[in-house]
Amino acid sequence: MNPANYLYLSALLFTIGAAGVLLRRNAIVVFMSVELMLNAVNLSLVTFARINGNLDGQVTAFFVMVVAAAEVVVGLSIIVMIFRTRRSASVDDASLLKY
Amino acid sequence: MTGLTVLAAGTGPLGSAAAQPLEAVGATGVVERGAWVMIALPLLGAVLLLLSGHVANRWAHWFAVLMGVGSFGWAVATFLSLLDKPSDSRARNVQLFSWIHVGGFNVDVGLLLDPLSISFALLITGVGSLIHIYSVGYMADDPERRRYFAYLNLFLAAMLLLVLANSFLTLYVGWEGVGLASYLLIGFWQYKPTAATAAKKAFIVNRVGDLGLTIAIMLMFATFGQVDFAGVFAGAQSSATSQTTLTVLGLLLLLGACGKSAQLPLQSWLLDAMEGPTPVSALIHAATMVTAGVYLIVRSNPIFDASPDAQLAVVVVGAATLLFGAIIGCAKDDIKRALAASTISQIGYMILAAGIGTAGYVFAIMLLLTHGFFKAGLFLGAGSVMHGMNDEVDMRKYGGLARVMPITFATFGLCYLAIIGVPPLSGFFAKDKIIEVAFDEGGTRGWILGGAALVGAGITAFYMTRVVIMTFFGPRRWERDAHPHESPRVMTWPMIVLAIGAVFAGALLTFRDSLEKWLAPVVGTPPAEEHVIEPAVVTGLTLGIVTVGILLAVTQYGRRAIPRTAPAAVSFVTVAARRDLYGDAVNEALFMRPGQYLTRSLVFLDNKGVDGIVNGLAALVGGSSGRIRRLQTGFVRSYALSIFGGAALVIIALLLVRL
Repeated sequence: MNPANYLYLSALLFTIGAAGVLLRRNAIVVFMSVELMLNAVNLSLVTFARINGNLDGQVTAFFVMVVAAAEVVVGLSIIVMIFRTRRSASVDDASLLKY
Repeated sequence: MTGLTVLAAGTGPLGSAAAQPLEAVGATGVVERGAWVMIALPLLGAVLLLLSGHVANRWAHWFAVLMGVGSFGWAVATFLSLLDKPSDSRARNVQLFSWIHVGGFNVDVGLLLDPLSISFALLITGVGSLIHIYSVGYMADDPERRRYFAYLNLFLAAMLLLVLANSFLTLYVGWEGVGLASYLLIGFWQYKPTAATAAKKAFIVNRVGDLGLTIAIMLMFATFGQVDFAGVFAGAQSSATSQTTLTVLGLLLLLGACGKSAQLPLQSWLLDAMEGPTPVSALIHAATMVTAGVYLIVRSNPIFDASPDAQLAVVVVGAATLLFGAIIGCAKDDIKRALAASTISQIGYMILAAGIGTAGYVFAIMLLLTHGFFKAGLFLGAGSVMHGMNDEVDMRKYGGLARVMPITFATFGLCYLAIIGVPPLSGFFAKDKIIEVAFDEGGTRGWILGGAALVGAGITAFYMTRVVIMTFFGPRRWERDAHPHESPRVMTWPMIVLAIGAVFAGALLTFRDSLEKWLAPVVGTPPAEEHVIEPAVVTGLTLGIVTVGILLAVTQYGRRAIPRTAPAAVSFVTVAARRDLYGDAVNEALFMRPGQYLTRSLVFLDNKGVDGIVNGLAALVGGSSGRIRRLQTGFVRSYALSIFGGAALVIIALLLVRL
């Protein structure tokens, strides 16, 4: 199959993720969109590794996964704490830190 | 200073009057080498009395008197030691210590003992000691008497340092010390606002004069590379020094002299200085302070002799001031202010004589020495009257005191006769000679100067007669609670001694030209000039004018009743004289108001201009950051949009650059 198709898919997924981050208010959904963007990038990394015939891209994709796993732990715990204190998971409500 | 230094005395423009160069050799003998004791004794007194606290209250005044008298004793011993030597070797240099030693510039602190400085030292310590003794009685009830005597001693020490110094820089230390001591004493009763203001005024006006002396010393250093008398005077006489430099030097020294000696245009402080205790006035007017300016000019005679322009300025100042002071004296009802005005006038005579040059120096000093006696006597007399009259100073509330205060009246009367120049009392010899040499200047200049001096003598007779009549004669115009009485002996004895001096000093100094010969090594011998007017005629004229002055005063104040309040309907001259001939008004209009406007405009500029720029800049930064701050909304999604937009921009930029 033409490797470019994977890249198209990756771009599509990234766009969906970015749109989700920018448009959705629910913190969990925003978080999921972030994960979507990360995995879209992973996909493009693996594709480029395949196109170029070396493993660098795949190694980097593993790094991204590890970092994403750590980020999920921290991010989810923060969201849970916010939900506990404010009874809401909306990112727009958590806007105290401003001018 | 190494070896012999040549202290050359004035070579006048006339040449014929040149004195033999006087060599200041190193001092020998305990008395001369220990001349610093003269200064150290009163200085010790001042320091000890100021530091000792209330423990010393009981004996402080006598200790101060002892220091003054001790200093006088040493001065007499030094005088006798110098007198013992031939007249061409009567200058002694007492090297004390090295003060400034930088590169080629050396200032050694040393004393110069010569006829001029010793004459001053005798006057300062002698009259000063009498005033100390008098003050013991006068200040008996003052709780701060110890501090007062400490200041008196400080005054003596500073003045002695001034006249005994052998370099202009050391002289300057004494000069400033005198300014400080006068400030402390004029403002001695500093709880009185008038006294505090008068002290500040004296100090500030003196600073203006001091500025002249300071710049003069700098100029000496720049021109001659040294500031000791011997070096500067040798430089002034060498042909390498330009006439302009000498004239500028002379004018700057004159400015300094005007400040200390209360000459026009810096005369205004002296009348206000009457706020101090009366013996202080006597000290300032007779023995110290105001004589410093005359000393400076006479001491700097080689500079003035070499610059006729500077001399012209000096005589103009002297002649103007002697009339100025005399006119003010005619309208003052305050006995001390009347005497103060007379001091301004008498110092004017001295400055006039000093400005005439070699012919006049001796008579300037002669008037200064005799003036020391009679003016101190007059002030102490005035103090004695005030002491008996509950510190009343208004002469309109005196009258008829001759009977109640016989000793005060007698001494005051003798000093009065001396100041108006009645022969054979001391004032006559000096003043008559000054008028004579003023006429001898020749030409229009001689007529103007001589005329001014002559008229001044008449006015002096008028206002002094007025003072005596208003105080001692006529009906009693006392306040109801006044119980005048003669002062205690501790006060009358100094007055008696001063009165004796006022009677005989002039004759003694003139006898066989003793003062002239004594001072000749320093200031030169007056040339035997051809007289424009015969001396006998001048004397006759002077005595005639003095008689007219006395008669006028007698008719105006002796024959008519003196109102207890000053009459308001008087001529404009009287009004002007009552207001010190608008001296203060002129200062205010010329210096104080413009200065005030200048400072106000500077403050305005500072507030609005400088501060405006700084504050505006701060407001700009603050305001704009306040607006930029609004971008920080707290909405995570808008931040995310910013990041997204930013990332997009970066990518677009990268793509554009790549392409």
